[in-house]
Amino acid sequence: MSNRLNVLKTCKLYIGGKFSRSESEHYFQAFDKKQKLLANLCRASRKDLRNAIQAARKVQADWGGRTAYNRGQILYRMAEMMEGRRDQFIAELECAAVSRRRAENETDAAIDRLVHYAGWTDKYSALFSSVNPVASPHFNFSIPEPTGVVGIAAPDDYPLVGLISLIAPVIAGGNTCVVLSSEKYGSVACTLAEVIHSSDVPGGVVNVLTGFRADLVPPLATHMDVNAVLSAADDPEQKKNIQENAHINVKRVHLYDGTDWMKDESQSPYYIMDFQEIKTTWHPVGT
Amino acid sequence: MSEKEVITRQSLRFDELWTYDPAPESPDYVKIEEQYNLFIDGKFQEPASGRYFETINPANEKLLSRVARADKSDLDMAVAAARKAYDGIWSRMPAKERGKYIYRIARLLQERAREFAILESMDTGKPIRESRDIDIPIVIAHFFYYAGWADKLKYAFPGVDPRPLGVAGQIIPWNFPLLMAAWKIAPALATGNTVVIKPASSTPLTLLRLGELIRDAGLPAGVVNIVTGPGEIGSAIANHPGIDKIAFTGSTEIGRTIQEASLRTGKKYTLELGGKAANIVFDDAPVEEAVEGIVNGIFFNQGHVCCAGSRLLVQEGVADELVHKLKMRMETLILGDPLDKNTDIGAINSKGQLDSILGYLTEGVDNGQQIYQTKCELPEKGYWCRPTLVENVSQSHRIVQEEVFGPVLTIQTFRTPAEAVSLANNSPYGLSGGVWTDKGSKIFKVGKGIRAGVIWANTFNKFDPTSPFGGYKESGMGREGGIHGLLPYLELS
Amino acid sequence: MLPDFNQTVPIDQIGVEERVARFRTRSIKKESKLFALKLALRMVDLTTLEGMDSPGKVRQLCYKALYPHKIDPDIPRVAAICVYPNRVRLAVEILKGSGIHVASVATSFPSGMGTMESRIDEVKYAVDEGADEIDMVISRWAFLKGDYSYVFDEIAMIKEACGPAHLKVILETGELETYENVRKASDIAMYAGADFIKTSTGKISPAATMPVTLVMLYAIRDYYLKTGNKIGMKPAGGIRDAKTALHYLAMVKETLGADWLDPDLFRFGASSLANDLLMQIIKQKTGHYQSPDYFSIG
Repeated sequence: MSNRLNVLKTCKLYIGGKFSRSESEHYFQAFDKKQKLLANLCRASRKDLRNAIQAARKVQADWGGRTAYNRGQILYRMAEMMEGRRDQFIAELECAAVSRRRAENETDAAIDRLVHYAGWTDKYSALFSSVNPVASPHFNFSIPEPTGVVGIAAPDDYPLVGLISLIAPVIAGGNTCVVLSSEKYGSVACTLAEVIHSSDVPGGVVNVLTGFRADLVPPLATHMDVNAVLSAADDPEQKKNIQENAHINVKRVHLYDGTDWMKDESQSPYYIMDFQEIKTTWHPVGT
Repeated sequence: MSEKEVITRQSLRFDELWTYDPAPESPDYVKIEEQYNLFIDGKFQEPASGRYFETINPANEKLLSRVARADKSDLDMAVAAARKAYDGIWSRMPAKERGKYIYRIARLLQERAREFAILESMDTGKPIRESRDIDIPIVIAHFFYYAGWADKLKYAFPGVDPRPLGVAGQIIPWNFPLLMAAWKIAPALATGNTVVIKPASSTPLTLLRLGELIRDAGLPAGVVNIVTGPGEIGSAIANHPGIDKIAFTGSTEIGRTIQEASLRTGKKYTLELGGKAANIVFDDAPVEEAVEGIVNGIFFNQGHVCCAGSRLLVQEGVADELVHKLKMRMETLILGDPLDKNTDIGAINSKGQLDSILGYLTEGVDNGQQIYQTKCELPEKGYWCRPTLVENVSQSHRIVQEEVFGPVLTIQTFRTPAEAVSLANNSPYGLSGGVWTDKGSKIFKVGKGIRAGVIWANTFNKFDPTSPFGGYKESGMGREGGIHGLLPYLELS
Repeated sequence: MLPDFNQTVPIDQIGVEERVARFRTRSIKKESKLFALKLALRMVDLTTLEGMDSPGKVRQLCYKALYPHKIDPDIPRVAAICVYPNRVRLAVEILKGSGIHVASVATSFPSGMGTMESRIDEVKYAVDEGADEIDMVISRWAFLKGDYSYVFDEIAMIKEACGPAHLKVILETGELETYENVRKASDIAMYAGADFIKTSTGKISPAATMPVTLVMLYAIRDYYLKTGNKIGMKPAGGIRDAKTALHYLAMVKETLGADWLDPDLFRFGASSLANDLLMQIIKQKTGHYQSPDYFSIG
């Protein structure tokens, strides 16, 4: 056995396409499944959250305005990069949470899920658009458009496939997001951020914050520039906080409870449609 | 002097030589009861409290009728009736039979359209031309449209099996009382839900008459229940544990409380809230039609329209000509008796609403805004507001930011398409927007840029049952109308 | 300063038609109806333009103009008689001193396909015979191929040939098809010297429609707003009943105002309309619905 000292990984926040430490310089410790120290993680502050939301807002119009084909390519690129780091994800999942077999299954499911949503980018719109036969001389059509900036509270179970299952439909539909990662498995989220960073996803489209969700959910729920909140985190207090505060700017709220993200049934274009607005356009038909 | 400056010098005389004599619809065509009860479980029932409130005609301040004031126990009865009808009959009935009931409602309404139109104008103050040509025909079309969906739901959403939710609680505003009721009742029934619906307290009469019609149509008892009363009943509906879904149309202020209650009590909900739509006119627009669109955008229903085009954004090069022509057009608007067939501008719906509108105008004067009103005379009785333009406004003024909900149009100019879009989006609302230009590619670019649920390009304030309607941002969520209007009433799995 | 006729004034067809639908909802009752019926009658150019227009037929029409109704002397007369040039002299003789104008179509009506010389000669002939109003047709072929200066120049030349006679320029809107073409032709006509612009010959369907007329009223309004000059409007063909005529008048009133509610600035080119107006006037006065048997045919 080599006595070489291994190089420890530093986990940072991922905001606006850059890895940075929390402005508060707070951190917290993550442990593996044997309660051994795994890593020091940044404990994002309210200001980090604000910065991440600003970053998400800044690029939303550009991301939502890209061609569906381009978004599909970028999501597929993400899947390719994940596949390249398959062993790393398996190792991290195994170390942090689950059995080897489960880690393999989850990693594969996560990659496949990404491929699934990569394929939807240029298809859901055709399924959920309509040309409406109005009773007047007008051409009238309805199409989905992205809701905007989405705050995502990730689940603690399924640290990888859960995360991907929430992020992928949101960004496939042209939204940008701020992800509050699982507290227990922040390191997996950090590695995913590295994948995102290296896979043509423009900076700011996905922002990943590690930290205590209890710190971050309240300012997220009340933030006036967040259009929607998605929570799959199994924490009644935090859900209640979202339910009680989302109305201040009429946020769209989706709470996914007890979903088994490993299953194929846990993917569909309806997850994309949860973060779409229908826009109807009228125009006279004449000469 | 450029040509465009010259165009504003001449003026025209509209109100001379020949004016139209009164041409009123007869209010006697409609028999209004002295008192109306709650429609629960297929029967009109007295409220538990024994109390009634008054509804008046805002055009003459005369009492129209007294309407039951429901309290919590009445609501409980209505919800129980709706639940029983849902479990016992409506959710079990073959879908095509459900559809036939809705068709029957549509046909009966068609036969009695005139009566509904007159009553709507009496209770709301809106011109009979609008209730006769717009409100009631679209009400009927809505029932026809959704009737046909009842047995076709499995084709609506690919890959899933849609199921009804149960009891829908629906809360209706005062600006389009019967139309908003139709927008809610028709899809709810088509999808197999039962309904507890509450009209606005100032405009309950057409919905109560619809209750009579629904009873006469033989709809099973409890499928549609109507509770009348104050705002607290709306809040009680949103909080009621026996209700599965809320559909609310009204102000964003109330909408927030409805959303909060719905989230807290785990209901599905859709919200149609306020708006502050920009109506953008480019210098290559068809000017005369744009003027007409602006008029329809803001003076339709006295501006009591959530999607009203209340902010005119006009490109600098065409601003003088457009505003001059707009003022000329406004001089031809006839304000007065809502039942007169020639009336273009009816009464403001209530004293409170009038005070609120006038409050904005008073504040505008204080802020140095330039207020232009048409010269028409106002009737002595009733609540009236002349068609109004407000110039010299800045984006920060309250009258530019807030929903006035009256016949009041603010005017701002812009230079480039990008500036127009950013002004249009500089609002917490996102219900609708207008674009006027002769250039197709500009329509798509600007239309895409506006963050709003309905874009009217070279037209404004058009509605159709096949066409989804609803807002972005604080203008609400969910859609009413079209295939998308089914979704809020279905569970997909 | 002349506008650039190669520039198109954008018009939205559906918007125009929706505006017209609003005018059609105007409900005109009681005194305001009687006033409008009489006004409309005063605006009629009583017209016959057939190959079979014998002197006897024209004579009959002129008598109808002079004596519209047997009992009621209160009923106003029409504005003008409109005939072919070879019947002008007869009409002038019969109508002398009545104040009723004699209009004549000329310029190779209805196609306009004669040589420029022959068209000008025809105008001069009609004026010499006593016509004080000339209804010319434009060269639609030139307009539709984009030769706007040809159309402008022909109108200017005809105007000159008219001398003191008023010039009405027929656009034949049914052949121009789009409202933008109608608008452009209206502008060309007004800037080239038209006193009136007129929709149609009556030989092409569709003839006058309310939307086409509205587009032309808008053109007249813009011309007035820019120059201060008031140009007249004459929808012709297809207007057969009083109710439609009243809706036209409502449209004129709400687009151009009271100044245009005058036979000097608005005419109906029609033949059967006059009798329907008469019937409605008598109905307003007596309260009884009328039968055509009681109204002389023109």
